[in-house]
Amino acid sequence: MPLTQDEHSQRPVTRGPSEATASDAPASAPATAPRRLSRRKRQTWREALRRDWQLYSLALIPLIYLAIFKYGPMIGNVIAFRRFRPGGSVFGDEWVGLRYIEMFVNDPTFWKVFTNTAILGGLTLLIGFPLPIILALMLNEVRKKHFKKIVQSISYLPHFLSVVIVAGMILQLLSLQGTVNQLVEAFGGEGIPFIQRAEWFRTIYVGSEVWQTVGWGTILYLAALTTVDDSLYEAARIDGAGRWRQTWHVTLPGIRPMMVTLLILNIGTFLNVGFEKVLLLYNPLTYETADVISTYLYRVGLVSNNLSYAAAIGLFQAVIGLVMVLSANLISRRMVGTSLW
Amino acid sequence: MVDVISKNMAEPKGRAPRRTLESTGMRVFGAVNATLLVLLCLVMLYPFITVLAQSFSSPGAIRAGQVSFWPVGFNVDTYGAVMSNGAFWRNYGNTVLYTVVGTVIAMSLTTTYAFVLSKKHLKGRNALIGIAVFTMFFNGGLVPNYVLISSLGMKNTMWAIVLPGAISIFNLLVMKAFFENLPKELEEAAQIDGLGWYGIFGRIVLPLSKAVIATMVLFYSVAFWNDWFAAFLYLDKSELFPVTLFLRNLIAGASTTTSEGAAAAGSTTALVATNIQAVTMILTVIPILCVYPFVQRYFVSGIMLGSVKG
Repeated sequence: MPLTQDEHSQRPVTRGPSEATASDAPASAPATAPRRLSRRKRQTWREALRRDWQLYSLALIPLIYLAIFKYGPMIGNVIAFRRFRPGGSVFGDEWVGLRYIEMFVNDPTFWKVFTNTAILGGLTLLIGFPLPIILALMLNEVRKKHFKKIVQSISYLPHFLSVVIVAGMILQLLSLQGTVNQLVEAFGGEGIPFIQRAEWFRTIYVGSEVWQTVGWGTILYLAALTTVDDSLYEAARIDGAGRWRQTWHVTLPGIRPMMVTLLILNIGTFLNVGFEKVLLLYNPLTYETADVISTYLYRVGLVSNNLSYAAAIGLFQAVIGLVMVLSANLISRRMVGTSLW
Repeated sequence: MVDVISKNMAEPKGRAPRRTLESTGMRVFGAVNATLLVLLCLVMLYPFITVLAQSFSSPGAIRAGQVSFWPVGFNVDTYGAVMSNGAFWRNYGNTVLYTVVGTVIAMSLTTTYAFVLSKKHLKGRNALIGIAVFTMFFNGGLVPNYVLISSLGMKNTMWAIVLPGAISIFNLLVMKAFFENLPKELEEAAQIDGLGWYGIFGRIVLPLSKAVIATMVLFYSVAFWNDWFAAFLYLDKSELFPVTLFLRNLIAGASTTTSEGAAAAGSTTALVATNIQAVTMILTVIPILCVYPFVQRYFVSGIMLGSVKG
């Protein structure tokens, strides 16, 4: 799930790993914090454990899972600051400070892939964000229930395809014998090997991304649209508002909180350009526009085995993502009053 | 944000028609709108149609660029060839295995954790939620994950495929919201009758949650079915590959041939591969296409129900 709907958050978000230990403690060592008495709930850890030990025990395996498979790699990022030797310790052998950070800051290829990532992510956001809203508004105007259902079913379908299949379809459609070139030739043009042309990559990427996500992206908006109060439309009509003005003054404000929420989430994943799709679609001829941070760090780290260097790049990307989601959230809370938490 | 979703999802059913008077302008608008939506459906379906057409076409017709909507030089030999390929079926079987095992593990972890998180009185609940949600905004990244899986000795085993994706935070939160909306009275009654949380979970909550469970099973199994990258990273032996990786290697093999200049010459090998690719793609998506119509109503309502209240 590349874009939008992937992330739905809860308000009390962003507790660091520090709290992981805080809540692991009661599960393993019952009476560690009997003094931490929360006045409001008037319940000590000891009481909570006696009453709900079954619940805590149910949480145990998932917590262990999260600790190993989610927080483990997070801590594993220390190899960005340590020399890592295959076969040596998972967390590297010796501190090297900011050596790897300096390395990528001075690496011209890094800045090129960074620019490529920003452009691809920016275009995807710019085009991929408004289209589901427009499609949802269009679907909302359809009165024949069956027709609406059919359009919805068909447009959700690409979301469920493997990226391998999508890439295969793209390669076939754009091959010299494919439909697109059949059209080009029908209009008297010369066949173009799109996949080999760097200047076409962004169009192909963004186009296929939109194809795959636009339908599924409407789900949350359609749900939001069903809750806009009918009396508002009534009032707008009495005031003489036509269809367009009803849409502009009633419908859009009605779904604005949803728009802001999804925009914040999209901004957070902005640099996580669909890595797998790029990996499947690019080739050395198109690196110039197609190579993104994640594909570069994949090649550096796992193909050429510079694991520490690649980890430094990955850490940089993850931190930027976190900073962007936090600042988008802050800006939105100040300016629109909507925020994730 | 959860408030946003909850407010908006409160009544998923349609509302009364909001306009009674039909002017000409509106009718024109409706017609244009419907036309655009039909066009959209064609665009959405076209890639499927053309791949299907190619899978039944003769290599010669594909090479001549004659295939678009309809098979040209009808031929089912390619289906025969692919389906008699032992490697294809072995990989297909692997995909089924990974999907089943992965979904079972993912569902057990997600349902139990979501159930715990849905108990609002639970001390430390916010920390438990935070631990999970934080991983949505900050993840370890490719290289540390790779190092972890390798050092756990999971390379070239099924566990490298099924374990890393076992808790999707999105699914977890939808499920948690669903559990929170189950009527409290049932649980209270069960508690009075002496049932512990284990009993409440197994005998009351799970049987009441069929809709959301079905939805989540679908989400997880589609994710495992479609996954290729974990296999690409962690598996070296082709007898362990899932079918998606089999397909990826077909595509990659064909496109290397084309990028080496064979495309311009119209090399036969590349184009026969097109035919085989099309057949493999069709056989890989068929299970999803078959299940999809039956469950899609289910999952839309499942998401909505789950999102009613955060």
